[in-house]
Order: sequence, then C-alpha cells, then structure tokens
Amino acid sequence: MTAAEPLVLGIETSCDETGIGIVRGRRLLSNTIASSMAEHARYGGVVPEVAARAHLEALQPAIEAAVAEAGIALGDLDAVAVTSGPGLAGALMVGVGAAKALAVSLDKPLYAVNHLVGHIAADILTGDDVEYPTVALLVSGGHTSLLLVRDLVSDVEMLGETMDDAAGEAFDKIARILGLPYPGGPEIDRAAATGDPQAIRFPRGLSRASDLAAHRYDFSFSGLKTAVARWIEQREAAGEPVPVADVAASFREAVVDVLVTKALDACAQHGVPRLLLGGGVIANRRLREVALERAAAAGVAVRIPPLSLCTDNGAMIAALAAELIASGAAPSRLAFGADSTLPVTEIQVR
Amino acid sequence: MILGIDTSIGTAVAIIADDGAVLAEIVSADARGHAEVIGDLIVGALVEVRRRTGAGARITAVAAGMGPGPFTGLRVGIAAANAFALGRGVPLVPVASHDAAALARVTRLAAPSGAASVGAAPVEGEPVAIVTDARRRELAVSVYRVEGGLPVRIEGPRLVERASTELLDLFGEPASALPETTAISAVALARIALARLRAGEPLGELEPLYLRAPDVTLPATPKKVGS
Ligand SMILES: [Zn+2]
Repeated sequence: MTAAEPLVLGIETSCDETGIGIVRGRRLLSNTIASSMAEHARYGGVVPEVAARAHLEALQPAIEAAVAEAGIALGDLDAVAVTSGPGLAGALMVGVGAAKALAVSLDKPLYAVNHLVGHIAADILTGDDVEYPTVALLVSGGHTSLLLVRDLVSDVEMLGETMDDAAGEAFDKIARILGLPYPGGPEIDRAAATGDPQAIRFPRGLSRASDLAAHRYDFSFSGLKTAVARWIEQREAAGEPVPVADVAASFREAVVDVLVTKALDACAQHGVPRLLLGGGVIANRRLREVALERAAAAGVAVRIPPLSLCTDNGAMIAALAAELIASGAAPSRLAFGADSTLPVTEIQVR
Repeated sequence: MILGIDTSIGTAVAIIADDGAVLAEIVSADARGHAEVIGDLIVGALVEVRRRTGAGARITAVAAGMGPGPFTGLRVGIAAANAFALGRGVPLVPVASHDAAALARVTRLAAPSGAASVGAAPVEGEPVAIVTDARRRELAVSVYRVEGGLPVRIEGPRLVERASTELLDLFGEPASALPETTAISAVALARIALARLRAGEPLGELEPLYLRAPDVTLPATPKKVGS
C-alpha cells in the first residue's frame, strides 16, 4: 500500500448512523450514511436494539453505495477501519463483526479506532492544513466531551465530559417536555428563533466556583432539565400560558453558554488558540454563532467541519486509520472487541 | 468451498468442500465474546484449509446462521458472513440455525470439540424437536419430521414458555424436558447451504430470526418534578 495515501474503508456503527466512508489519504471519496433516526422518533430517543437491528440491515447496501460512489473495487482497498468504541455495545458489535470478516475476506489489515478521536480526524478531510495542539469540543446525542489534542495519532487527552446526559439528549428531553418532536435539536432551534434567550435565567451546570475545582471541564445537563421542567410546571399550575419560544431560547442559551465558556476556558488555560467543533449538535446554529463570536473575542480560531463530517460517519473513521497508517502504526490484532467505554487515550485498539 | 458461520449460541466456523467433506471446523463455546473471536476463527479455518489442501480456500458461498439466538451475539455472525461474502463477491445463504442443529442430529454428525450430539437417534417419520434457550423463561422450538433420512421443518422456530405443556402431545414430554441444543454445527449449516445452492432454490431474505420485537421501554409522559 501507499503508506502516505492509503485507500481505506471505514465502518462506523456506534450509535444510530450506519456510516461507511472511503478515503485516499486525506482525500474524501465517499461518506455514505444510513440513519435509523426515523425509527427512534416515536420513542423520543435512540433505542439500542432498534439501532443494532438497523445497522445489520444497512451495512451491505451502505458499503455497496460507498464503493460505487468512490469508484473503486473492494479489492483495491489498502485497509479496513472500524469503530471499536465508545458507543452502544450491541450496535458497535455489528460493525466490528462485519469489519473483521471484510478485512479477512479481502486479506487486508484492519484498524480498530476510537470514535471520539474519529470526530477530530474528520477535520483532516476538509482539505485545509490542520494545526495541533487544538482543543476539541464534541457534542452529540451520545457524548459531550472536551479534549486536548496534541497529536491526532498519539496524544489525545480527555479534559472533561458530561456527568449525566449528553447535550443532544438534553435537547431531546426538553423538546419532549415542550411537546416538540424528536430529534429535539432542530425543533428547539426552530422554536427558539422568535424567543428571547435572556427571558429566563436557567442554571449553568457545574459552573459555580465550588464545582469548578473538581469539574472545571465537565458538563452536567440533568439539573438544567429539571429546572426547565419545574419552571414550566409552575407556569401551568398558575394557569399561565407557557412561552415556548422563550423557554426554548433560554434553555438553548444555557446549554450553549456552558459549552462555549468551558471550551474557551480550556483554550486559555492550555494556551491553545485553536478550537475544533464536532458532533451532531454542532448543527445548532446558535452554538456555532456564539462559539465563533466569543472565540474571536478571545483570539481563538474555530474550525467547524461541514455538518456531514460532524455527525457520526465512517469517513472520519477511515481518515483516522489513514493517519495511523501514514504514521507507521501496525494493524490491530483481530481479537479486539466492542468497547462501549473505550477511553479517548486509546486512539487505536491494538 | 462453502464457509459456514453461526453465532446463535457460541461461535462456530467451518469450511466444507464441494462434496460436503469437512475441510475445517473451529468453534468457541463461549456464549459471549462473539465479536472478539469471530475474526480469528475465520482466519483459523482459512489457514486450516491451506494446510490441508496446500492452496488458499476458494470460498464460493457463505452460509449464515440466522438464529434464533440472543440478538447481540447472533448479529455478529450474520454481519460477518454478510461482509465476507461481499468481500469475495460470492452469494450469502441464510440458514435457520435450528435447521443446522436438526441436520446434525438426524445425520448423527459428530459435534465439534467432543460435545455429544443431543437426544436419541431419530426415527424415520418421527418428529424431532430442536430446542434452544431463548432467555426470559422461554425456549425457542422448531419441530422436524425425518423424511428420507433428512429433517424437514414442519413447525417453528417459535417461542414456548419453559413451563408450557403444549409439546406434550407430540413428544410425551413438556418443552422443558426436551434435550436442549447447546452448540450449532457450522458444518451442517454449510451443508444445508450447499444443498440449497445445488437445488437452485431462492436464497431467501437476510432476516434474523429474532422471534421478539425490539425491547423498548417507551418513555413515560414527562414526570412531574416540581414541588
Ligand atoms: Zn459521535
């Protein structure tokens, strides 16, 4: 294989998107995604068994579509890559089983990689030169993590993560309380458009001085959720109408404020003038707006890959493996499993 | 050559020749860890074929055990079989795992790694039950009749409560007293695929035999949290 520009197929099944990506080095050839989101809508959240069933159904068509789009044959591949974790165990296992058999079938090396680091690797595919170190804020329905990336393939540190709900989950839950459909992110955004973000002062989780000592970069959204629910209940009990737009805007502001504040605090403390955003919640317009505005004021450069590379996808997994290969990393041994709590320091499962 | 993969109980991998002869058979009885072992087991089977024949395995079809079995493990084998077939550009043949167990039983196929085949020698025309654990105090049951020395499925697979007496008429015993199959033969699985390919039968849908709807707890209407 061409170590500098390996042709890699990446398989991602950690949550509800079946992602198949194909890259040649840092060039994106295909980013095929089959989502089971619609199937989860009536449950108001991702149901692991529904997601796992959907992955099994979606894998072959997604691989075929990706290969066709990339204009390659499976036999041309230099390597196969797969998400080993973190994520939903049953969902991950579908991808791991498929990736192992595909690699063995093609007699190609297999790279088992970390999903969170994959989100960071997605930025490479934008074609710009990526500079490290960078702070990375990854926000989705499955995770809310603040990372310090000194080197993509060898040095990623978890600065903090959510202690309870992921930010995306918080959006889903508040949407439900407000009677809005799933997924909550875009719905809250829509409802908030005409609302006043300063109308209600909802709590910022883990932001008090007493919290910062132990949880400077950690997040918590369950208190916020409770506060919003209580505020609505009190309104209803008093027989007053619930100002949905104001509640949505104020809730969103609380989430965005704490995310951006902590991310920029990490940049300042570590002397890193770069912030990378990733994860599906980056689709939230207000989050991007506030991040860009406040980062500019703080002299921090913000990178936001296109949304198709921010949400869970296989291209980022392929991209990370391609970087590992270029750095001379040996393939993973075939005995690895799905690790739902894989630590971010384990960039590749050997 | 046909590669058979089943993860409905443990993990079973086998490769048979075009005349049905066993070229390689490797199993892991572990009822967990399917995702961990699947790759090495397939490699092991391919290596064994090379050792025995002096050449790389020319797999012409892959047989996938479709269950029933615990969902998470079951999917690993189906995903692997599917991906292997895709990689080699060969057909994938879905086979009910119980069918393989029935064939192994009726043809007295030696079970791998010394595990005794289950139950009395089947008699022509008599019913045979394949019973596997389905968790939640239930069993997955398929009923076969032996015709011309081969099992023909006449019922199932379906779920039966362990305490149920509904199989009493047919077998003189309640479901819970019937011998439980504890390993699936990937050799039998591959032989069924071989026969189906030979007969030119349609290969069927790649639909796992879950027998149960996904386990979902619908979120309750938002609970009151206030005072
Ligand atoms: Zn993700």
